[in-house]
Amino acid sequence: MAKIKPSKGAPYARILGVGGYRPTRVVPNEVILETIDSSDEWIRSRSGIQTRHWANDEETVAAMSIEASGKAIADAGISAEQIGGVIVSTVSHFKQTPAVATEIADKLGTAKAAAFDISAGCAGFGYGLTLAKGMIVEGSAEYVLVIGVERLSDLTDLEDRATAFLFGDGAGAVVVGPADEPAIGPTVWGSEGDKSETIKQTVPWTDYRSGEVAKFPAITQEGQAVFRWAVFEMAKVAKEALDAAGISAEDLDVFIPHQANERIIDSMVKTLKLPESVTVARDVRTTGNTSAASIPLAMERLLATGEAKSGDTALVIGFGAGLVYAATVVTLP
Amino acid sequence: MAATQEEIVAGLAEIVNEIAGIPVEDVQLDKSFTDDLDVDSLSMVEVVVAAEERFDVKIPDEDVKNLKTVGDATDYILKHQG
Repeated sequence: MAKIKPSKGAPYARILGVGGYRPTRVVPNEVILETIDSSDEWIRSRSGIQTRHWANDEETVAAMSIEASGKAIADAGISAEQIGGVIVSTVSHFKQTPAVATEIADKLGTAKAAAFDISAGCAGFGYGLTLAKGMIVEGSAEYVLVIGVERLSDLTDLEDRATAFLFGDGAGAVVVGPADEPAIGPTVWGSEGDKSETIKQTVPWTDYRSGEVAKFPAITQEGQAVFRWAVFEMAKVAKEALDAAGISAEDLDVFIPHQANERIIDSMVKTLKLPESVTVARDVRTTGNTSAASIPLAMERLLATGEAKSGDTALVIGFGAGLVYAATVVTLP
Repeated sequence: MAATQEEIVAGLAEIVNEIAGIPVEDVQLDKSFTDDLDVDSLSMVEVVVAAEERFDVKIPDEDVKNLKTVGDATDYILKHQG
């Protein structure tokens, strides 16, 4: 029998650079209040959100991704031609064929990098990061770009007082590459499809096309059920990711949970009993919930403001529609 | 051993005090969590999870919305505690 030569990868992988793009239009709560009966105080107390960014017509999923990726590539100190894989996580790119990753790979100037989209909601960044790490260690790419990008304003029901204020748009990207020592821990991830009704698109596109429903699809959720799962079940997953990486809460410098809602973040910090020394990402206040983009955007901001620094140990956890989740410990770029 | 009504109210008072900062003496059977005790829908989830642990009871999401007052929660726990 013919013998197949094995592929040869790097011993380990790490995040080498991060970049973000936030749309130019900043939307304060006052604008949200034009279509729902609520108040600035109510929105802030339930979510921590003060402003969010909404994309304009030019700020497409591809355009925002290219901006964020360009910054991540520069931050990593590599060139686009070295990138062998482009993974895009999004649920709000409305032209599903072809995958938007191919356009991004081309426009960035990669050398025909493998490129594909994934759908893992707010856990998309962790799913993409795990795939990228696998590709690098397995040897099918030396450098992989992982992009989380959303235009959730397109999927927001502005008349739903439970969600109208929640979502934002933006793109976050990281370059993952080879490393001599572990810098991305084991991923604790999974899905709970029995809870698929908890966060979902209201109706399939085909119902809208056929005229069966008049209202464009939007994302809805069962707030209390999501809150309970996100805080108490995800705290267990976060703890498992720390244990899997052999990191104690005291060893941790930074906590970057998916920026779903500041109340969830507060409760998670309390449930995990994180020491005060741990810097906690609270980008949701001015960015809203940007699903797959939220973790890399929050990471980029913490590093840009100096609240976190290169080499810090960070716990990242994403969780959302599916329900799906992914948590891991990383060394910050 | 199952908790008595008095013990449950006292336990809920401690929980509500810890989560919403409401004085324990304000937590009475006839008080509404939202209207009287400043416990919003998300804090209510925290109260419920803490009560589940303390009283060894399961309170599913679909039942949480029926617990309007401290009395409702106390009755629920009395009936369902392990």
